Formats: sequence, structure tokens, C-alpha cells
Amino acid sequence: MQQDYTYAVARIRFRETRLLSDADLNSLLSARDIDAALRLLRDKGWGDGSGVKDPEALLSLEEQRLWDFIGEIVEDKSALDFLRVPNDFHNLKVTVKCIVRDEKPDGLFLNNSVTDPVELYDAVKKREYDHLPEYLCEPAREAMSTLLQTGDGQLCDMIIDKACMEYVYRLGKESGNELIELYCELFTAASDIKIAVRSAKTNKKHDFILRALAQCDTLDIKKLASAAAVSVDEVLSYLGSTGYSGAVDAIRTSMSAFEKWCDDHLTDEMKSQKWEPFGVGPIVAYINARENEMKAVRLILCAKVNGLSEETVKERLRSMYV
Amino acid sequence: MSEFFANSGLFFALLGAAVATFLAGIGSAIGVGKAGVAAAGVLAEDPSMFGKVLIFQLLPATQGIYGLLVAFLILTNVGLIGEVKEVTWLQGLLYFAASLPIAFAGYFSAVHQSKCAVAAIGTVAKKPDQMGKALILPAMVETYAILALLISILAVFGIAAM
Repeated sequence: MQQDYTYAVARIRFRETRLLSDADLNSLLSARDIDAALRLLRDKGWGDGSGVKDPEALLSLEEQRLWDFIGEIVEDKSALDFLRVPNDFHNLKVTVKCIVRDEKPDGLFLNNSVTDPVELYDAVKKREYDHLPEYLCEPAREAMSTLLQTGDGQLCDMIIDKACMEYVYRLGKESGNELIELYCELFTAASDIKIAVRSAKTNKKHDFILRALAQCDTLDIKKLASAAAVSVDEVLSYLGSTGYSGAVDAIRTSMSAFEKWCDDHLTDEMKSQKWEPFGVGPIVAYINARENEMKAVRLILCAKVNGLSEETVKERLRSMYV
Repeated sequence: MSEFFANSGLFFALLGAAVATFLAGIGSAIGVGKAGVAAAGVLAEDPSMFGKVLIFQLLPATQGIYGLLVAFLILTNVGLIGEVKEVTWLQGLLYFAASLPIAFAGYFSAVHQSKCAVAAIGTVAKKPDQMGKALILPAMVETYAILALLISILAVFGIAAM
């Protein structure tokens, strides 16, 4: 039976009024120092009232609060797995590398994953891959044996990243929701573009690039791999002929500019959900908005700590949902 | 067969009263329930909104009352409430037909009004100062339930006057 999100959307409608706007980010940016910035955030309801002073601790707390809230309003979180599985694949990378290097993974796991990182670690350590969910089973087995046989961490990362992209793309297709499909498509395509550009910059071979890219609807990965095997300009020239022509200038500037372009593009696509009363769309849009908000706050707080100029930060700030 | 027709007037009239109450009531129950879920969501965030969201929750409740009113009129006219009257099979069928406008328009308008009410509750949660405008939108759906009620009542009185 299809899940009813009426209650969740009503709560989100109210929470949307507390999201940081572009004006709020400007005030934060103009704050005298990190303490003033943290005070502004506390006034906006950030933190748990205990006066957390460490920016990273505050951001972790907000991330946890977001997912606790989602857990409270959504009965079955599996519809939102596409947002959390990248954390599982990150945890798998940590697990495989820590086991091979005989190190402890303390503090390296990401929370808010679908599979418990401790269970994941135990299963991989005991080589009990069948105890893992289907989407992690094969990538874990392959990444582990590759790292043990070749010692090539990059190849191990590539196997896991590709499995992640393919699984997110599959979840998008299976969701039957236009917005989730769009999110997953953009996630996969953006990852493919980043791989292609990085591969072109590091002169990777065509076969390696083709192996690293994941299938998606808006890019022809064979053409992208061929272009990446030649040069970055060739990749940009190919992207110019696709729906990502708007991203070409951003990629020319830097990869972080491209990431900002992707986030802004997604935020624009999600803005229609602000007035959608039913379905999972407003929840996805809210999570995306909160994640973007946290990225922006992290950037501003880092700039405050390291004394970066306002202009440098403004260039990288994402557009806000509200 | 002729005995069946002779005694079936009351049956059809009662069927009409039942359908009017049943369908319009189901529509209202669904509608009030749906709007109530959204209202509870807003209240979980801001309990001071109770007065505002309650109005939206009650909007789809009226169709059930309209169905009840038509059913009551039919029952009174055929003598199932009050003085006993003779009802021919044709009159019974006519009462049944008279109940259909409020039964169906009541059901569908309540369900769709609730969707509109849920959206309006979202609007008020975001912009409490837009309460008046947000209230007008789901109230527009009420028009069609009232039109159906009017036809059902006119028909019931018309049949009684035959």
C-alpha cells in the first residue's frame, strides 16, 4: 500500500518557514567572527540549546536532528533510501580499507546510512558477505578481493563508487516518482561527469574510464569515456551537446563550481515542491534544502575560522530553497 | 410480482435515505480524516494554530450533514418517522432518485474538498496571515454540495406534493 505523507508534508510546511534564506546567509557572512555567526545560528533555532561552540559538532548535531525528524514523520524510510545509500557505500570504503590496513574505523563512519556501519564492518571482516544487503554484497566482495590482490585503493574506490551510482540510479527508476528519478539521474550524471573530468586530467585509459562510468539516461557514457580519454576540452565539448551545456563554464572554473551548479540546478527543480500538498516530493525537497543549508553554513563557518574573504565564500554559496 | 410492487415503495424510499446518508457520510469521514491528519501535523509543530486548522478540518464535514438532512426529509415524507403514509412503488423509486444528487455530489465534493483543505492547511502553516484567502479556496468546493442538496430537497418536496 502506498505510504500517505499528508502528516509529514504538513509538518514540513511549518519547518520550511525556519529554513535559512539568502538574506540569512548574508547576515551570517557579515557576522564579525565565528562566535557572532554561531550566535546568529542559535537564534535561528540551530543546536540543542546547550551552546555548542564547535562548528563541526553543531553541523553534526543538525544532520542528526534532520534525520531524527524524518524518522519521526515518515513511517517507512525506505522510500528515502536513495538519499542515504551513498553513506553506506562510503562506510563500505572505510570498512574495506581499515580491514586491509588493520586499522580501527573510529570516527570515520557516516551516520544516517541504511545499513548499520558496525554490522557492515563485522560482516566484511568475517567475510560473511551474504549477511549484507544485496546492494552491498557484491561490491564488498569485489572491492575486498581487489584491494587484497592489487593493493590499489583507487581501483577499490572505483568499484564501490560505480556500485553506488548504479544502485542510486536503480532506486530512482524503481521509485515511480518523477522528482526522485530526477534526483537519482542527476546524482549519477554528475558523478559520471566528475569521473570523466578527473580521468581526463590524470590521463586515464579509455577502458578504465568506461569501467568507472555508470549508465544514466542523460549521458551517453561511451561518448563521454571516449572524450575523457582525449582531453578535458573534449569532455566539455561533448557536454555542450547534452542537457548539461549550462555546466560547461562551471567545470572550466573548478570542480567545486560544478558541484555548486549541480546543487543549484537541483534546488531549482525542487522549488515546485514548496506548494505541493501530497506525496514524498516535499520531503525530498526539504531534506535537500537542509543539506544545502548545512553545506552553506559549513562554508561560512570555515571561512570565519580561516579568515577567508566574503567574496570567496559568496562565489561558492548555493542558492537557498526559500 | 404485483404484491412486490405494491409493497416496494417504502423499500426504495428507505434505500434512497440510506444511500444519501451512506455516500455523503463516507465522503465526509474520508475528508475530515484527511484534513485532520494534516491539521495534526501542523499542531505538532505549533499548537497555537489549533483554532485555525480546526476550521479547515471541519469544512468537508458538511456533506455528511446534507446527506443526513435529505435522508431525514425522505423518512418523514414516507412516514417512517412520524405519521404512517402509503407510498407507491413509483413514489419510492422517485425518492430514491431524489437522494442521488446529494449522495454522489456529497461524496466526491467532500473527498476533493479535503484535498483542497490539506493544501490550505499547508498555506496557513507557512503564512498564517493568509488564513482568509486560504479558507475561500476549499469553501468553493462546497458550492457543488449545496447545489446537489438544493436539487435533492426540491425533488423530495416535489414528490411529496404529487
